[in-house]
Amino acid sequence: MFNYTIRRLLLAVPTLLLISFLIFLLLDLAPSDPTANLPLTIPPEVREKIRISLGLGEAFHIRFLLWCKQFFYNETLNILEQWWGWDFGGDRLRVLSWQTRSPVVDTIVQRIPQTLWVVGMSYVVGILIAVPIGIVSAYKQYSWFDQVGTFVSMVGYSVPTFFTGVLVIVIFSVWLGWFPSIYDTTLVVNDWSSFVQQVKQMIMPVSVLALYNAAQISRFMRASMLDNLNQDYVRTARAKGIRERSVILVHVLRNSLIPVVTVIALGVPQVFGGAIITEQVFKVNGLGQLLIIAIQAGDVPTVQTLTFIFAVLIVFFNLIADVLYGILDPRIRYD
Amino acid sequence: MTETRLHSLQDDQGPSSPGRDIWDQFKTHRGAVLGLGFFIFIILAVAFGPYLWGIDGQFIDIRARNQGPSLLHPLGTDQLGRDTLARLLVGGRVSLSVGIVAMVLSLFLGTLIGVVAGFFSWIDGLLMRLTDLFLALPLLPLLLVIIMLFRDTLRTAFGPETGIFILIVFVIGITSWMQAARIVRGDVLALKEQEFVLASRSVGTPSRRMITRHILPNILSPILVSATLGIANAIITESVLSFLGLGFPSDFPTWGRLLFDSTDYLQQYPERVIWPGLAISLTVLSVNYIGDGLRDALDPRIRGR
Repeated sequence: MFNYTIRRLLLAVPTLLLISFLIFLLLDLAPSDPTANLPLTIPPEVREKIRISLGLGEAFHIRFLLWCKQFFYNETLNILEQWWGWDFGGDRLRVLSWQTRSPVVDTIVQRIPQTLWVVGMSYVVGILIAVPIGIVSAYKQYSWFDQVGTFVSMVGYSVPTFFTGVLVIVIFSVWLGWFPSIYDTTLVVNDWSSFVQQVKQMIMPVSVLALYNAAQISRFMRASMLDNLNQDYVRTARAKGIRERSVILVHVLRNSLIPVVTVIALGVPQVFGGAIITEQVFKVNGLGQLLIIAIQAGDVPTVQTLTFIFAVLIVFFNLIADVLYGILDPRIRYD
Repeated sequence: MTETRLHSLQDDQGPSSPGRDIWDQFKTHRGAVLGLGFFIFIILAVAFGPYLWGIDGQFIDIRARNQGPSLLHPLGTDQLGRDTLARLLVGGRVSLSVGIVAMVLSLFLGTLIGVVAGFFSWIDGLLMRLTDLFLALPLLPLLLVIIMLFRDTLRTAFGPETGIFILIVFVIGITSWMQAARIVRGDVLALKEQEFVLASRSVGTPSRRMITRHILPNILSPILVSATLGIANAIITESVLSFLGLGFPSDFPTWGRLLFDSTDYLQQYPERVIWPGLAISLTVLSVNYIGDGLRDALDPRIRGR
């Protein structure tokens, strides 16, 4: 198991380098000029200087290696300095955004809490809803609860989040006026009333994303429970006279959670991707919104760094899912 | 796509043929039959609706702007006085054709890569690493980046509408073939070990004919199921792109674009977002139900019960 994890981690390094190279190549191939939006009164030689100051004077492979050095080496040292107060000395060039001329990593660090609050909370809420629904649906297969649950999960799976988001805004903000339609990130929670306000503005985005996540997870949970309910060990447990509740909640549930846990781990990066839309609907200034703005402004370093971070999340959580599968299910051995 | 195949199978084959069995099993899934009916209705509506309805979706009648539902405009009009129903019908045409063409492209790629990887073991490792690499790419951000960067080039090359259509279909196609390729490869690997393939090989059938005669017909069922899921996926992706303002131009309506344009008037006319949203959701729901029913109908283990 340990060897397997190490091997996968080592394999992840070239994969991620290749992905970052592909993203860089794609961004470089694009026929877009970062100085195109500047005023036309700027003379051509100044424009050329601006391009060089953005680092565009060098050849393609040198720029890629520079980005690699800035992102993997300089930013890592910076993070170590900030966390542990070490001082490596020296003036290191960081990955700078073309829009704001500030370090991209700092902007991302500012945006992460908003995304994590909304997205992370919705994922947790989604799991907490989905698991009990899946258990009851499978235990009472073809009952009215199962029929309703399957229908709701099918609807939650099919209706895109940008429509459910807009729909809840229409119902709860425009018609009923219960919740604010725009997420206020400047709100500081320091007393009861601001806490209530924070909860109020989180309810809609969290419930929209939670419904979508719960729909997918509850389908897996139901299928996995159904697989296990017909196994021989369940009959044995019942024959021994164990109470029905502990048969279901101890024996069956533990075994059926194994594939569900890996599905949950695999879903984490997709949730960050899906949050791009929800953040746009509710105007949350998280990572997704940062990406959209950077794409629209043609801000290559920000787009490159953000997309690469998304890729790291995907590779990392794939690894976690595989390792978890091996740890939770002793029948699975990778070596 | 799928429903015509099922109908033709039902018509031209005898009572105990596999096609008949599949259709019988499909009929017992109530949601799937309803979904199939609704999907056929939507296809007919967007194909013939604009001719029957008669009002041009592009016709600007500024004096009749922002109207509520009336006999003349059953779903009201938008901020320029264009008829919402006509725009919905025309938009559905684009959304559905993007969905279907992108699905065909992604299935073609997925089947091709899956069959080649499963059948020729010397290239299997390389193709599967490629699939893994594509699965590790952050797709939605990359889609947005590609469209943002290449939009203008294709617009000047093929005109505003065709250029965006080609770009969106191509981009959705090349980023959604991985699941189908994995499923197809798994099935081909299992099929390759069966006796009839060995028998066929022993009489000297070349690989190309082996694939078209023996392998492809036997992996039709996972391909059909992936096809329905692919349509749903492509329709949602297109509307997401339009919703983020990176899809079709605003005078060329699609369902996602209509929804995006309506959100600007959310405070004054909240009912306007409901129609395009409902159209996307119901279409995707019906396609997903068809896929669900098809999966049950094509699975011999379930069909036997």
